Amino acid sequence: MSINFNKAFGIHETALNLRAKRAEVLANNMANADTPDFKARDIDFSKALLMAQSQTSDSNSLNRTHDKHIDSMSGTEMTDLLYRIPVQPDTGDGNSVDVQVEQAKFAENAMQYQTTLRFLNGKIKGLLLAIKGE
Amino acid sequence: MSLFNIFNISGSGMSAQSVRLNTTASNIANADSISSSENETYKARHPVFQAVLQGVSQQNQVGSGVNVLGIVESQAEAIARYQPDNPLADEKGFVYAPNINLVEEMANMISASRSYQSNVEVANMTKHLLNKTLTLGQ
Repeated sequence: MSINFNKAFGIHETALNLRAKRAEVLANNMANADTPDFKARDIDFSKALLMAQSQTSDSNSLNRTHDKHIDSMSGTEMTDLLYRIPVQPDTGDGNSVDVQVEQAKFAENAMQYQTTLRFLNGKIKGLLLAIKGE
Repeated sequence: MSLFNIFNISGSGMSAQSVRLNTTASNIANADSISSSENETYKARHPVFQAVLQGVSQQNQVGSGVNVLGIVESQAEAIARYQPDNPLADEKGFVYAPNINLVEEMANMISASRSYQSNVEVANMTKHLLNKTLTLGQ
C-alpha cells in the first residue's frame, strides 16, 4: 500500500523528538548559567538523527520478558550528550556556560523545531487531501 | 514529553535566581545595620547553586535544572568604627558595621535579574512551541 501512516511522517517524527530533547539540554544550560563547575552540554544533531534512524529502522529490537531486564534505550535516548568547547579558557568558577551562545542556539533550535512542524503539517495536509479525494 | 520538562528546568532556574535576588536585597538593606559586638553584626549572605542530575548512565545524564544547595554567610570581618556618641557603642566606643561590598551586590543583582529574564524567555518560547505542536494538522 502506498499510503502508510508509519512511513508518512518519515524522518520528521524522529527529528521533532530530537529537537525537543536538544531544547531541554539547552534550557538546562541556561538554568545553570551561574552554577559553579557546571559544564555546558549539547547534542550533535546530525549524528544523533542518524543514530535514531538506524535505531527505529531496526526491526529486531529487544523485548523485556522480566522486570529486572534492562530497558534497551529507544532512539532519542541513545544520543550522546557532548560538552561544549568554551570560548574562553576559564571564567573563574569552572562554569563553561556562555548565556549569549546558549540563547542563540536555543532560538536556532526553536526555529528548526517549527520548520519540522511545518513539514509535518504539510504531510498531514497531503494525507487529508488524499483521503478526501477532492 | 521532554518539552514539558523545560518548564521544570527554567522554573528551577527562576526560583534559584529569585533566592539570589532575595539575599542581595537583604545584604543591601542591611549594609548599614551596625551593632555593638563583632559577633552580632550582620554577615553578607550568598546562595550556592548546584546542578540537578538525572539519568542512568554517566555519559548521557540529562540535567534537570538547578538547585539551591544552601546559603553561606560571608567570612569577611566587620568594620569597627569609633563612634563613642552612638548608643550602640561598646565600652571602648566602637560600633561594628557589616563588611558588605555594595558595588559587588549591585553587580550580583544585575546578573541575577538577567539570568532570571533568560529563563523566562526560555519558558515563553517553549510555551509557543507547545502551542504550535498542539495545533499540528489543523
